[in-house]
Amino acid sequence: MQEIWSNIVLFSPRLLEGTLITIQLTAISLIFSLIIGLAVALGKITHNKTINRICNFYISIVRGTPLLVQLLYVYFVFPDIGISLTAFQAAIVALSINESAYLAETFRAGIKSIPKGQMEAAQAIGMDYSLAMRRIILPQAIRNVIPAIGNSAIVLIKNSSLAAVITVTELMHNGNLLAASTYQNIQIFTMVAIVYWVLHYPLSLFVDYLEKRGAAHHVTSNQH
Amino acid sequence: MLQVTSINKSFHGKEVIKGIDLSIQKGEVVVIIGPSGSGKSTFLRMMNALEFPTEGDVLLEGESILYRTVGNKKVPRKEKELSKFRAEVGMVFQGFHLFAHKTVLENIIEGPMRVRKVSKETAILEAERLLQKVGLADKRDQYPHALSGGQQQRIAIARALAMKPKILLFDEPTSALDPELVGEVLLVMKELANEGMTMAVVTHEMGFAREVGDRIIFIDQGVIVQDEPAHLFFHINNNNDRIKRFLNTISRNVV
Ligand SMILES: Nc1ncnc2c1ncn2[C@@H]1O[C@H](COP(=O)(O)OP(=O)(O)OP(=O)(O)O)[C@@H](O)[C@H]1O
Ligand SMILES: [Mg+2]
Repeated sequence: MQEIWSNIVLFSPRLLEGTLITIQLTAISLIFSLIIGLAVALGKITHNKTINRICNFYISIVRGTPLLVQLLYVYFVFPDIGISLTAFQAAIVALSINESAYLAETFRAGIKSIPKGQMEAAQAIGMDYSLAMRRIILPQAIRNVIPAIGNSAIVLIKNSSLAAVITVTELMHNGNLLAASTYQNIQIFTMVAIVYWVLHYPLSLFVDYLEKRGAAHHVTSNQH
Repeated sequence: MLQVTSINKSFHGKEVIKGIDLSIQKGEVVVIIGPSGSGKSTFLRMMNALEFPTEGDVLLEGESILYRTVGNKKVPRKEKELSKFRAEVGMVFQGFHLFAHKTVLENIIEGPMRVRKVSKETAILEAERLLQKVGLADKRDQYPHALSGGQQQRIAIARALAMKPKILLFDEPTSALDPELVGEVLLVMKELANEGMTMAVVTHEMGFAREVGDRIIFIDQGVIVQDEPAHLFFHINNNNDRIKRFLNTISRNVV
């Protein structure tokens, strides 16, 4: 027991450093993936066939290849074409691109779920497509997909652990190093798992709350 | 005011509107009736370019809302130009389509502020005046889902009026309402007509047509079958078979 405690004290600083990096990776990638995802979703529903095709191709490539491959690709292949990134930057790029493809589908579904009449009513008062999108459709669509975005954030936290393989000093990587030098596998990997669980938990509560509230809201708005 | 010239519309090769001409004068109330699927909505929606005709043109005060003349060629207008004309032509839908995430007041000031670039203060003053007019001043800060259908439709009319349109289009504005809520919406429309608003109204409300309509247009299978002043329509045209049958069905449904 004594030993377990002293080990926890011993390992904690390294794991906490890693946790901070994990949080940064997740938060920054989430922001980028939201921006890219929204742009790709809009590209998918626009009437321009070429843009549709490009966006579908992007989604297909990203969803059809493993995240691990994407990470290694960005880290090792991008320098060959003149883009050299630090491990941290490469992880951000790969995670953002990966998650953006899933978020694009989320946003697209959210936009499609808004009744056609909303766009027509906006156009009938003289709004053009992009103004109607910004002022009328997207605010409603985004509100509807916030729970789904929360779920994406949870996936992103866990996916960020793969950045360990390209030497980003996040939680998983630091845990690995500690384990390799101390052989305290059980304790270290248990601690790592617990930290991931703790990170995901508030998000998970938040998503549950929103889904409950969303369901209640839907019932009332369907009543008329 | 608004002119439709030999207009045609096909959906996927199926002809829905087959050569319609119509001219609406300033201050006129034109009521459009006809069986389900005859093309009334499609026709009305072409008057504000929500639907683009396959052939023909729509003129607002003599100017084409659909085409621009470049040299001597007609070029379809860009989205931004279409929007400019749509701002001048108000539309009220069967399903109200109030902006669900905005309060009643926000619904009404959205167009004036974002499209007309009116200041917020001015827009709110005007919105409050319109709310008074449709009898819903106390609903200012409510969300649409908290209102009855009749109230929502009156707000939708206020939203359209806030743009100070040259003409108002109504597509079956009372068809989605419970019978006891129809009257309050028709009353607002009647008031507008009396104030001289130019209106084109698709409706099955024959009482309204008779009382408020200056002209009745009967559409069937994409063509105008009759176009008569209201007082003549209900007398003379009862000898047209199709119209007779239609009027019979309607009155049976109402009773
Ligand atoms: N976007 C569309 N795509 C394909 N067909 C359409 C479309 N809109 C309308 N139609 C068809 O055009 C015809 C006329 O439809 P429209 O809605 O104009 O009739 P309506 O007279 O308004 O009928 P109702 O009284 O039921 O509202 C119908 O056969 C309809 O199926
Ligand atoms: Mg219709």
